[in-house]
Amino acid sequence: MPKFMVIMPGDTQSEAGIIPPPELFAEMNAYNDELTKAGVLLTAEGLKPTSAGARVRFDDDERRTVIDGPFTESKEIIAGYWMLQASSLEEVLEWVKRAPLSGGVTLQVRPLYEMDDFGPEFNAKLREAEQQLRE
Amino acid sequence: MAEKSQAVATIEAVWRMEAARVVATLARYTGDLGLAEELAQDALVAALEQWPAEGVPARPGGWLTAVGKRRAVDYFRRAETLRRKVGELGRELEMDGQGYEIDLDALDSDAAIDDDLLRLVFTACHPVLSAEARVALTLRVLGGLSTPEIARAFLISESTAAQRIVRAKRTLADAGIVFEAPDGAERRRRLESVLEVVYLIFNEGYAATAGDDWLRPGLCEEALRLGRVLVGLMPDEPEVHALVALMEIQDSRRHARTDPDGEPVLLLDQDRAKWDWSQIERGLKALARADEAFAARADGDTRSGDRPTEPGAYHLQAALAACHARARNAEATDWRLIADLYDRLVQQTRSPVVELNRAVAVGMAEGPAAGLEVTDALVGLRAMQGYHLLPSVRGDLLVRLGRHTEARSEFERAAELTANTRERALLLARAAACDASAAESES
Repeated sequence: MPKFMVIMPGDTQSEAGIIPPPELFAEMNAYNDELTKAGVLLTAEGLKPTSAGARVRFDDDERRTVIDGPFTESKEIIAGYWMLQASSLEEVLEWVKRAPLSGGVTLQVRPLYEMDDFGPEFNAKLREAEQQLRE
Repeated sequence: MAEKSQAVATIEAVWRMEAARVVATLARYTGDLGLAEELAQDALVAALEQWPAEGVPARPGGWLTAVGKRRAVDYFRRAETLRRKVGELGRELEMDGQGYEIDLDALDSDAAIDDDLLRLVFTACHPVLSAEARVALTLRVLGGLSTPEIARAFLISESTAAQRIVRAKRTLADAGIVFEAPDGAERRRRLESVLEVVYLIFNEGYAATAGDDWLRPGLCEEALRLGRVLVGLMPDEPEVHALVALMEIQDSRRHARTDPDGEPVLLLDQDRAKWDWSQIERGLKALARADEAFAARADGDTRSGDRPTEPGAYHLQAALAACHARARNAEATDWRLIADLYDRLVQQTRSPVVELNRAVAVGMAEGPAAGLEVTDALVGLRAMQGYHLLPSVRGDLLVRLGRHTEARSEFERAAELTANTRERALLLARAAACDASAAESES
């Protein structure tokens, strides 16, 4: 059964570290509860503002540059995500539509690659390559 | 795969989400699970006719239930002997002030639907049904799987799958099984039957993943999904959390348990980097919840009067699975704890196979002599006569004790008993290796 990441974008509120008011929080909890009871929710996590994090840039093979947050200039900031497992993209979309959100918030729904997507031949090769790395 | 219209795909998705709740609610209205399932199917057909043109309604579950209820009224109207029931149902619907119109706001509360779902679980898994009937009916009414999907999952024909479901429904009707969830001690007893169904589904999928059959839908995931649904319905039951924990941890090893040729890899030889660590984390969390629920029941539950002193069999098995999951490598395994858990599991199951597992753990924790002593008591048991793993384990322990000649005859005996040719070759090779070692130690 495929897994999906549902990505919640950040905004100025989330970037300011403002925690949603209790009633919104309760609504979201009830929604997550519904997902849990249906057996589709694997995890749901919220991310702290980018000011609490950092980026690492790989300049070349050796040099790495650490850039402290915030990175509000980035177009797409992630404020949280759900990992869901359901029978199809359609099913996940139906679940996502029930989220207690409004005001133009746009969630991204992205299926995960599974081992099976690569087929048995690829798996064998991949394992072989991994094995060589280990030796 | 056949091209499906977007609308049909959406309806199928909604069906997967809502089927259990729709069937459960209709079963309470009609008191008949078989009839409820048919009414729900009628509602699905109605959706397939109407939604592609009119769009998916705002509350699709409510829509399906309302259509099913209407069909129930029609059905009872037709059935002369059930006139009285029509009166009741008709009044109930008319009291909404809407006649037979669908009033989405007058639908059952979530809590009421949860109660119905619980009744559905216990009815579909009723012990009056055979295990395979319970499995088919549960996947159908609780998992929302279609008959072809069930057939594909169990490698049976569609007509066989359909027959299983029809027969299961008839058995429930003939036995006069009431659509109810049992309480107290009766619930605990019946819960075993429910958990058994879920674990059977899981094991069917687990056995299949060793093969290369890409067509079989993920029964392990289906079982996990059902398990999570049960957790939502019975959050106070330690064994329900424990079963989910056990399945999560076992399933986390899926990609490590076969080698590139599809041959099984033993637990201790598995590459633990290939274990799904996020799934293990979920499993350990579920186990922690099982511990909490058990503790709460052990020192708090005075209403039911029976305080458990010992965790259930799934709880112990989950704890065993967790022991391996917590060890970053095979050497770090806490064999003493594993031996202790097997000891407690033997007390409950009285299973010689579990006792053999305990012997292996004792052999690791306290040395091969102690392990061998545990197996000595099993040698005479009739139940173990044809079981090749007993001499195989004894052979292992004897090799570690340097008793190669005895080890050799154990391996040969194991080779005789196994039905698997590859395993036989392996055991004979080990027997031959014993010869070489014996010769070496003599010279």
